[in-house]
Amino acid sequence: MNIVPHPTTTADTQLARALARDLDGTFERLVLAHQDRLYTIAVRLLGDPRDAEEVAQDAFVRAYRAIAGYPPERVRTLALRGWLAAIVVNLARNRYRRRPAAAMELAVEPVEADRAAIPHEAATLTESHRAWAALLASLPDRYRVPVVLRHVDGLSFAEMAAALGRPEGTLKAQVHRGLGLLRTAYLRTQSAPEELSA
Amino acid sequence: MNRAAQASHLLELADVEAALAALRLDAPPGLAPATLREIGLADGYSTIASPIGDLIVAWNGLGVSWIELAANREGFVERHRRAVGRPLDQAALPARLERLVARRLGGDRRADVPVDLRTRSEFEREVLRKALEIPRGQVRPYGWVAAEIGRPRAVRAVGTALAHNPVPLLVPCHRVVRSDGMLGQYSLGGPRRKRQILALEGLDPDRMEAMARAGVRYIGSDTTRIYCLPTCHHARRVTDRHRVPLRSTAEGRAIGYRACKVCRPDSGTAVAA
Repeated sequence: MNIVPHPTTTADTQLARALARDLDGTFERLVLAHQDRLYTIAVRLLGDPRDAEEVAQDAFVRAYRAIAGYPPERVRTLALRGWLAAIVVNLARNRYRRRPAAAMELAVEPVEADRAAIPHEAATLTESHRAWAALLASLPDRYRVPVVLRHVDGLSFAEMAAALGRPEGTLKAQVHRGLGLLRTAYLRTQSAPEELSA
Repeated sequence: MNRAAQASHLLELADVEAALAALRLDAPPGLAPATLREIGLADGYSTIASPIGDLIVAWNGLGVSWIELAANREGFVERHRRAVGRPLDQAALPARLERLVARRLGGDRRADVPVDLRTRSEFEREVLRKALEIPRGQVRPYGWVAAEIGRPRAVRAVGTALAHNPVPLLVPCHRVVRSDGMLGQYSLGGPRRKRQILALEGLDPDRMEAMARAGVRYIGSDTTRIYCLPTCHHARRVTDRHRVPLRSTAEGRAIGYRACKVCRPDSGTAVAA
């Protein structure tokens, strides 16, 4: 479904070299290669597609300004996938920290499927997608961020550790715990109607 | 063992992982263009109203980058491409920028409209910045601009820089006139348009040119003993009884007058004389 294939580390290495040579001439390529994943991460962290679009755009603007200020040798060695993901995560966090407390999910509760209904995905995704998106949105921040980066975006634990500045072991434990919480919550939504009818 | 616990044996963590991997989305189609505009690697354009008719305004995250009369829109895309060179697509001005532009075009000097002059040389930017200092309803000669930016001999280059002003009206190149006091050329629709804009700003272009034809370049006051450029705010306050028309700054100095510190009439006189 992604028109632009998920950027690989090799493609990113070439992109980073090109950015070091000619930022303005190359930046559009970076946007096109990474926009789907930055938007996805933002949607899955924030739940709201409009907020997510703003955060993804802001992340690119910050990335551009940062690269413009870096010496070329630093740009050439940037691990773009993790670096960009970390920018989105920070911006998304700042945004949901500013939200009123009532809007924040504090516990893993079964959630109505339409909680995370996104017009953009409503047309294309099935009921099951929406259910999983809603469960993910209700996961506490400390699990949601690593789960989204590892299993929605597909970063490796090594990339995540470098990008988030946390030990791999911690991240593995958080992802494992997050997946377990998601599974339990999902099963609860599945079994609830059956129990009623039993 | 309840149903949920039973079912958990049927739902592996790998199934959860697969469900999560299916949650990838495509970015909305507007994200990349909006991002590139915000950074200033692409321009958007739209039409807005102004006192002299509709304008096409191109813009990006750094500010307004190009202005033309909408009436002459044919060839706009090509002219923008040649002069600016960035990708261009239709996109409404951000609300804040549009409000600032409207206020500025309505005469509000405090409306600080950001402009993107990256395509201009440092010299051209200096000329345009200097033009920005000329108050509404007043004019200064090309030679004055050249002298004020410390390049008194570059009068012709100043004229060229103003002719290539990408954001007329916002940077008021229409307020720069020939050193003989006649209005001169104007990039946004020729001399007639220049006359119209200056008249809208409260200047009387016919009177100004009549004075120029009569050889009057400066106005002195026999009460303050100060001489000014004719459209200077201070010159226009001098009543007819006290107005002393002057042909040159030397004439003013000869009768013991000094130059106005606001319009600085001596700027550019060395070359013009």
